[in-house]
Amino acid sequence: MNEKMNIDFSQVPDARGHFGPYGGRFVSETLIYALDELERIYRSLKDDPEFQAQFDYDLAHYVGRPSPLYFAERWTRETGGARLFLKREDLNHTGAHKINNTIGQALLAKHTGKRRVIAETGAGQHGVATATVAARLGLECHIFMGEEDVHRQSLNVYRMKLLGATVIPVTSGSKTLKDAMNEAMRDWVTNVDDTFYIIGTCAGPHPYPELVRNFQSVIGREARQQSLAQAGQLPDALVACVGGGSNAIGLFHPFLEDESVAMYGVEAGGFGLATGKHAAPLNDGIPGVLHGNRTYLMEDENGQIIETHSISAGLDYPGVGPEHAWLKDIGRVNYVTIDDDEAMDAFRRLTKVEGIMPALESSHAVAYAEKLARQMDPEQMIVVNLSGRGDKDILTVAEIDGITL
Amino acid sequence: MNRINKRFETLRQQGRKALIPYLVLGDPARDVTLPVMHAMVKSGADIIELGVPFSDPTAEGPVIQKAHERALLNGSSLRDALALVAQFRETDPDTPVLLMGYANPIERMGYETFIAAAVSAGVDGVLTVDLPPEEAEEFNQHLGKAGIENIFLLAPTSSNDRQKMVTGMAGGFIYYVSLKGVTGAGNLDVASVKQHVDHIRSLTDLPVCVGFGIKDGASARSVAELSDGAVVGSVLVNRMAGLAEAGESDPAAYASAVSELITEMRNALDN
Repeated sequence: MNEKMNIDFSQVPDARGHFGPYGGRFVSETLIYALDELERIYRSLKDDPEFQAQFDYDLAHYVGRPSPLYFAERWTRETGGARLFLKREDLNHTGAHKINNTIGQALLAKHTGKRRVIAETGAGQHGVATATVAARLGLECHIFMGEEDVHRQSLNVYRMKLLGATVIPVTSGSKTLKDAMNEAMRDWVTNVDDTFYIIGTCAGPHPYPELVRNFQSVIGREARQQSLAQAGQLPDALVACVGGGSNAIGLFHPFLEDESVAMYGVEAGGFGLATGKHAAPLNDGIPGVLHGNRTYLMEDENGQIIETHSISAGLDYPGVGPEHAWLKDIGRVNYVTIDDDEAMDAFRRLTKVEGIMPALESSHAVAYAEKLARQMDPEQMIVVNLSGRGDKDILTVAEIDGITL
Repeated sequence: MNRINKRFETLRQQGRKALIPYLVLGDPARDVTLPVMHAMVKSGADIIELGVPFSDPTAEGPVIQKAHERALLNGSSLRDALALVAQFRETDPDTPVLLMGYANPIERMGYETFIAAAVSAGVDGVLTVDLPPEEAEEFNQHLGKAGIENIFLLAPTSSNDRQKMVTGMAGGFIYYVSLKGVTGAGNLDVASVKQHVDHIRSLTDLPVCVGFGIKDGASARSVAELSDGAVVGSVLVNRMAGLAEAGESDPAAYASAVSELITEMRNALDN
C-alpha cells in the first residue's frame, strides 16, 4: 500500500479492467467471448506454480534473463550528475523487451489449443518476438504491419519471414501501427475460433493491459533486486520510453509503492510538441476510446484519430496503455517528451561513450535521463530502461546521415 | 412512441419484414447522402442506418472501410450526421433513422451534448459498435431519458448469459450479426442463423434483424424469413464506390443505382 497516495496498486485494474476511468473493454460483440475465454485462462494460470515455473524457465534459458543492470560509468561522467544505470533489455533474445510478453502469451495460446497466432507490429520488434515464439512452438503466425513501417523496418520484415511468419502489409488509414492493430482485430474477429491474438503492448481490451503488464513486470522486479544488491539502494528515479508503454509499465509497476522512487515516462516529441507532429498523447492528447480501451489519444475536434509522427516506428502510436493514463492523472508518474533530434543525439552519444547502441525508441529515454541526471546529485541513482538494441535502426540513421548502405 | 417501434408495429400488422439499408454519411461526397436516403425510402427501405465516418472502423471489411476513408476526405463528421438527419426530417417525418458508428466521436462530443442534438435532429436509435453493454451503462441511461433506442449487437459467439443481459438492455430491435467476421465478409449459414435467432426470440419480444453477409434479394429473403428483417450494407456501399471510381458526381446517379438494388430486395422480401 502506498501510504501517501493511499492506493493498493496490486488491486488495479478492477474486475472489468478499469484503471480509474481508463481501460475497459470497448470491442464489438463478437470478440467478447474470446476476451472472456482469455481472461478465464489467464486467471486460472496466473498463480499456477507450474505455469509460473514454465514462464520463469523460458525467461532464463530461452530469453537469457535476468538482464544485467549495468552502471554506465563513462556515460555518467560525461553527463555529470546522478549515476546512470541501464537495464539491459537490449540483451534479451531478439533484442528487446518484447519477448518477455510474447513468451507469456504464447504459453497462454498453447493452453487454449489454438494453432494460429496473429500480432500487430510497428518497429517490427514485437513482430519478430511473436514470430520467434511461434517458430519455437510450431504455430502458424501472421504479422500485420503498416506499409509505411514495412519500408522503414525492412530488416525486421525479413527476420520475420525467415522465422516462418507471413507479414501482411496494411495499406488502410495512415499505414502505421494503429492501422496494423485495426487489421489484426479484423482478422481476429473473423478467425476467432482458431486464432490467438498476441497484443504487443499494455493496451487493447481487458485483460490485455493487465496481463502484458504482469509479464513485463519481470523487468522491474529484477531492477529492484539488482539496485539493492549492486548499489545498496532503491533508484531515485526510473526513466523509460512510452509508445504503448509496455517496457515502461514493466519497469515501473514493481516500484509504484516505493514512494521515494520518481518515475518518468518519455513520449515521442517528434518535430516538437508545438508543431503537433508528434506521438505524445499523455502530453498533448485527450481521453477517448480506441482499440478496445479508454485512454489518452491524439485526435481532432471531431474525435477522429490523427496521424502521429516519430522518428521511431515503435513510438509512432496515437494511444497509450490505460494504466499510464491513470498513473498520469493520479500524479504517480511524470510523462515528458523528447523530440526526434534529441533522441538522435542521445543515440549517437551512448553508442560512442559506452559502445551500446540503443534502439531509437530507447534513445528517447536515454536523452531524458541525461537531462534529469544533470539536475540531480552524484550520489543519486537513475535506472534507464534500455528497452531494445539499435541494430534495426541502422538504415534509418544512415539515411539521416545521407548514406546509402 | 419512438419511430423504430412504431415501424415494427406497422410491419407486424402488415405481415412484412423490415429492410434496413446502410450508407456512410458523406460517401463519396457530401451532397450525395440526402438524395440517396430519400431514394432508399422511396424504393422500400423501412429504417435508414446512417454510418458515421470514423478513422479506425475496426468492425468493417474493406468495402465499408474505404467508404469511411472517402467520407473523411471531405471532412464528414458526427456533427454533419446530426445536421443531415435534421435536413432529412424536413421532408420525411416518419422513416426511422439510426446512427451507426464508433464510440470515440460520441465521447468527444460528450454524451449529453450528443443526445440533445440527436433528439432535436430527429434521430431514433444509436448503434455504437465498440460500446458493448458493459461499457454502455451511463450512455444507456442518458439515451433512455431522451427516448432514443440503443441498438445492441448479438453475435454467433454470444453466450446465453450475455444474450440475456443484452436483450434486457436493448431497445428498438436486436441486430444479430450473422457471421464471425467483419462487414461484407463470407457467406451466410442460414441454419445457424435460424438457430440463434430462434433462441434470441425466446428471450425477448424485441424484433430481431439480421445483418452481415447479405448480398442480394435472395439472401435478404432467406434471413428475413427467419427473423424480422434484414440489414444491408456492403453491397450498397460497393455499388456507390463503383460510381465514385468512375468519377460520377451527379447525386441522382447514386440515388438511382441504390434504388435499383433496394427495389430488388424489397420485392424479394414482399413476394
